[in-house]
Amino acid sequence: MSDLKALIEAVIKGDVKSATADTQSAVDGGQNVQDILDVGLIAAMDEVGKRFSKGQMFVPQMLRSARTMQECMKLLEPFFQEGTITSKGKVIIGTVKGDLHDIGKNLVSMMMEGAGFTMFDLGVDVSPERFVQKAQEIEPDIVAMSALLSTTMPSMRLTIEALEQASLRSKVKVMIGGAPVTRKYAQEIEADCYAPDAGSAVTRAKEILGIS
Amino acid sequence: MIIVGEKINTSRRSIAAAVEKRDAAYITKIAREQAEVGAHYIDVNAGTFLEQEVECLCWLVETVQSEVGLPLCLDSPNPRALSEAMKRHEGEPMVNSISLEPERFQALLPVVTSQPCHVVALCMAETSMPTSVEERVQVGSELIRRLTDAGIPLEKIYVDPLVQPVSVDTRMGLATLGAIASIMNDFPGVNTICGLSNISYGLPERHLINRSFLALCLSYGLSAVILDPTDKQLMATLVTGEMLLNRDEYCENFIAAYQAGRISER
Repeated sequence: MSDLKALIEAVIKGDVKSATADTQSAVDGGQNVQDILDVGLIAAMDEVGKRFSKGQMFVPQMLRSARTMQECMKLLEPFFQEGTITSKGKVIIGTVKGDLHDIGKNLVSMMMEGAGFTMFDLGVDVSPERFVQKAQEIEPDIVAMSALLSTTMPSMRLTIEALEQASLRSKVKVMIGGAPVTRKYAQEIEADCYAPDAGSAVTRAKEILGIS
Repeated sequence: MIIVGEKINTSRRSIAAAVEKRDAAYITKIAREQAEVGAHYIDVNAGTFLEQEVECLCWLVETVQSEVGLPLCLDSPNPRALSEAMKRHEGEPMVNSISLEPERFQALLPVVTSQPCHVVALCMAETSMPTSVEERVQVGSELIRRLTDAGIPLEKIYVDPLVQPVSVDTRMGLATLGAIASIMNDFPGVNTICGLSNISYGLPERHLINRSFLALCLSYGLSAVILDPTDKQLMATLVTGEMLLNRDEYCENFIAAYQAGRISER
């Protein structure tokens, strides 16, 4: 397990070279791949999220650690296909129709991936129809929407209605966020939850799915 | 350097509260404070009020102009809010903003050509955020062409090259700066404008980053800026920067600012 401590440190520091080397040697050493993921990579990103919330780490470090983890995940990918790795859940994420802002959405997506969720990022300017289409295709646990303009927020309501019409609303949890979005608005449109930033998005996602 | 005072934005708690209860005295106080420290335009933004935005924005226009004799910068992504606000505005407003996003451009072109005004042209097109100098210049140039074709004089166009956080991509500072320089060079007489705070998103010591970015923008030719003119350090950086760039004969403005106590930290 001392390999994993070094791996954890490397991910937190954002040291791709060391992290990928440690991941590979753990795999080669026959270590359980789910453990490498949960006790190594996800635990590291969990620590990153905590430090970010405390103001000890900032957006650039978060990005660097998330990218480091992604490089390590590439080495574990063959094992995903064989069905030996369990993900925390499937999440569709996108910035709503008419809105092109993606920085926050990308941060949330990276942090959630770092926490062990499987992300389906639809990008920006995503219509209610596209959210529904993807939801029908992959049966997600969470549909996450971002908006940075007050004029595009109504699309969140429309997407929830579209999910309702497609008989999907009760099968997913809806999470919303973005600078003009508020908890009050989330309640108004009957979203399942609101998260103010990438760090808390992970915590809230786990809460609404009842997982740790 | 044209200064647009940014404080009357309902994303600020005190402003939202004042707009909620229609506290005209508070709003005019904030407007006056900005006017007194050199704002040329007072920005008004009620975007957080969603369905009530149009009503609130109009109230802000009437309230501010009842006491402060400055033109306003009407700040909204909602074409209806802008058009209604313009009708109530006395004199020539600045309209913030139009972009190349098709729906927005189509809805706003008639608005900005309906009466004399200054126009902020945001370098955003339909598919995604620009990531380079070239993309910004491309969109900016196209916007200038379309607006001048529609009869808006070059001098009344303020190209906003879009400011993105360096915390996400450390090339973002240069992307904006390069775009400013290109546009000022390619279209003599046009204006460029930007807000500062996006540059420092996700990092600590945002004020330091913002005012440093302001100094860099000045050196790349920025002609107008949206900021908080009551931020003493920020305004000190502005006057100092202008002097350093040989825009202050005999350092007159700097010395006057100093003697008026607007430079010292103490």
